[in-house]
Amino acid sequence: MATFLGIDYQTWWFLLIGAVFTGYIILDGFDLGAGALHLFFNKEDSRRIALNAIGPVWDGNEVWIVIGGGSLFAGFPEVYASLLSAFYVPFMLFLTGIIFRAISIEFRSKEPMKWWRRMWDICYACSSSLIAFLLGVILGNVIQGINMGADHVFRGNVLDFVNPYSILMGITTLALMMMHGAIYLVMKTENRLYTKLTIMVRDTTIFFVIMILLTSFYTLLYLPHMAITMRRYPVMFVIPVMMVLAIANVTRQITKRKYLFAFISSAVTISLLMVLVAIELYPNMLLSKVNPAYHLTVYNASSSEKTLGIMLIFAAIGVPLVVGYTTFVFFTFKGKVKLDEMSY
Amino acid sequence: MNVEILARVQFAFTIAFHYIYPPLSIGLGLNMVIMEAMYLKTGEKIYEKMTKFFVRIFALIFGIGVATGIVMEFEFGTNWATYSRYVGDVFGSALAAEGIFAFALESGFLGILLFGWNKVSPKVHFISTLLVTLGSMFSAIWIVVANSWQQTPAGYHIVGTGFNARAQITDFWAMVFNPSSVQRITHVWLGAFLSGTFLVLSISAYYLLKNRYVSFSRKSFKISLVLATICSLAQLFAGHESAKVVADYQPAKLAAIEGHFDGSKPADMYLIGYIDQKKNETKGIGIPGGLSFITKGDFKKPVTGLNNFKPDDRPHALNFVFQTYHLMVAIGMFMIALTLYACFLWWRGKLFNKRWLMYIFAFSVLLPQLANQVGWYTAEVGRQPWVVYGLLRTSHALSQAVKAEAVVFSLILFTFVYIILFSLFIYLLNKKIKHGPFDEENLDHSPRHIEMADSLS
Repeated sequence: MATFLGIDYQTWWFLLIGAVFTGYIILDGFDLGAGALHLFFNKEDSRRIALNAIGPVWDGNEVWIVIGGGSLFAGFPEVYASLLSAFYVPFMLFLTGIIFRAISIEFRSKEPMKWWRRMWDICYACSSSLIAFLLGVILGNVIQGINMGADHVFRGNVLDFVNPYSILMGITTLALMMMHGAIYLVMKTENRLYTKLTIMVRDTTIFFVIMILLTSFYTLLYLPHMAITMRRYPVMFVIPVMMVLAIANVTRQITKRKYLFAFISSAVTISLLMVLVAIELYPNMLLSKVNPAYHLTVYNASSSEKTLGIMLIFAAIGVPLVVGYTTFVFFTFKGKVKLDEMSY
Repeated sequence: MNVEILARVQFAFTIAFHYIYPPLSIGLGLNMVIMEAMYLKTGEKIYEKMTKFFVRIFALIFGIGVATGIVMEFEFGTNWATYSRYVGDVFGSALAAEGIFAFALESGFLGILLFGWNKVSPKVHFISTLLVTLGSMFSAIWIVVANSWQQTPAGYHIVGTGFNARAQITDFWAMVFNPSSVQRITHVWLGAFLSGTFLVLSISAYYLLKNRYVSFSRKSFKISLVLATICSLAQLFAGHESAKVVADYQPAKLAAIEGHFDGSKPADMYLIGYIDQKKNETKGIGIPGGLSFITKGDFKKPVTGLNNFKPDDRPHALNFVFQTYHLMVAIGMFMIALTLYACFLWWRGKLFNKRWLMYIFAFSVLLPQLANQVGWYTAEVGRQPWVVYGLLRTSHALSQAVKAEAVVFSLILFTFVYIILFSLFIYLLNKKIKHGPFDEENLDHSPRHIEMADSLS
């Protein structure tokens, strides 16, 4: 088995794809969250500022799901195929959300009429919330496992995905992104909108804390397989503890007006959540409810080692490049939002 | 209805819709790079206005291109899971490379291109425009590589049998540079350049007809006319190279393109024609033995015909492939004639004197669009019944987990969404063009007066 630094290629790819999706949740998370909060801003100017705060970067943020999808296709084609064909309807709705969101942002500013802007505001907020919610629903079902046979083909129907845990997960994800988005917007605004947002940060944080507690209890009570690794290695308890500290730090930094640190804290919260899920899933990627022998693991679902090796080189060249110019773009647009002739 | 037909209709529909936008972005991007370079070089404000104007149109196009592109990436998994399992090792890596090397570049710098005018120096802005354009061209490379591998597979071996059969990479560069990659990328690039360039020509011609922004439009028209002439001529050669690859590697597709049945006879090349699928013959006007000459260098040499293939291995929609191909070629020829004639008039100093010519140019944006679409149909429908040529049949590539109702649901959903999207796109594009390159606030000074002075001179 080919290894790099003592870790086999399959595991590297599990980590890499996990990192890409974490990057996606952190980056698109804040603009989706900003979208979900959009209707809470009442004034036209506030809405424009909120929209322009994400204007230059939301497209770049969406890249991460494209890279994630492509890497999953290349690294674990079995998972890509089984997951997407099983979650056919949720994914179609997700894609519809992506389309409507992109065009609401793009089209809103193109006409001055009140009804036009209202329509796109609603469309933007609904599609952003829908995307966040569906991501949670999909994750919730991945954690529970799906009706998948020995041939890795899903045998069930769309109603399988509607269950208390996945709904709970969907709302939790939405709450997480709203908190994350509110913190981002605080960084980018001033005066009255800023004051309003500091209150929103508080409220969304409370909302998220309640949701994550409910989800955690539900997981521990009904999904014992999601705590096996943690029981075996109690040292892992440091992760949830750090998560609690990170959430607490969000509010602390906001009161100190250190927004960047608050934002980093909520990004850390997201990362730790993803790490928790990854630790408990590994080496499985997609669980079968029918029989544990049918689980898709990093070993039975991966591409050939040659492809994994080539793609590791891609990642080694590509990821620093992407991180480099993402940083450059964020740096260019740092500071509070100012509206000008090219704004949305 | 069966899932195969529905899934194919859905894929064809979503990709045909998507394929309107990326070529426009690539071509418009190239035009913007030239305009902004002119601005940097001359320092004339009019080139800055020009760039800014087309950047706004670019933003509209790019947004829709990205949104519809994400649909494509996931549709392989949702509708064609068996295909995805089969080719993930090969096709997936090209798609992943597109994400990380191309898409990230264009989307990253798009923010600066759109909103960075006052945030970065003109040089950095120009570099951003250039990188966005290069990024979109790199995207085309990887997507066309992935598709070309489906047309002419190379650099792989098959492991496993039956449902467990998988294609695996043996030689990455042989996969990337498979026998048709280079020719097809050139062909697609030129098609994309033409899409964006003819959009600029159309808008400029429209303004000239309306007698608005005359000096602006004359400048943008000339820039794009040069580009359009070069590209449409180059496309003649690129298209020919692409056809030669089809002749060598996909003989059934070539036979369908020219409706050639009898493999023991020389093949004709039709200008127009019709395939009678019941009688297995083709009627039309063309050059006898023309195809034999093009592919074998001899009017008399026989060319592999459709009869050399089992009925199951032939593309079914023969007439469709025949007509789309011939339409593409006809449009290509028309674009060459149109641009050369315009250049001739320019040389004689009479370019903007003929209103009828400007009328043709005003509608000319449809030409490359139509050619791109029908060319793509030729390539894809002509490949049938294979999804990976000679290896995997389209009917075997479906998702087994997906039922017809789910596909119908998503097909209706996307048809609905895309109709709304397209109507809004046309509405807003039209509005942007009507609004013109100059902002309302400085309408009372400069442009109108410049125009008046310009049209008098």
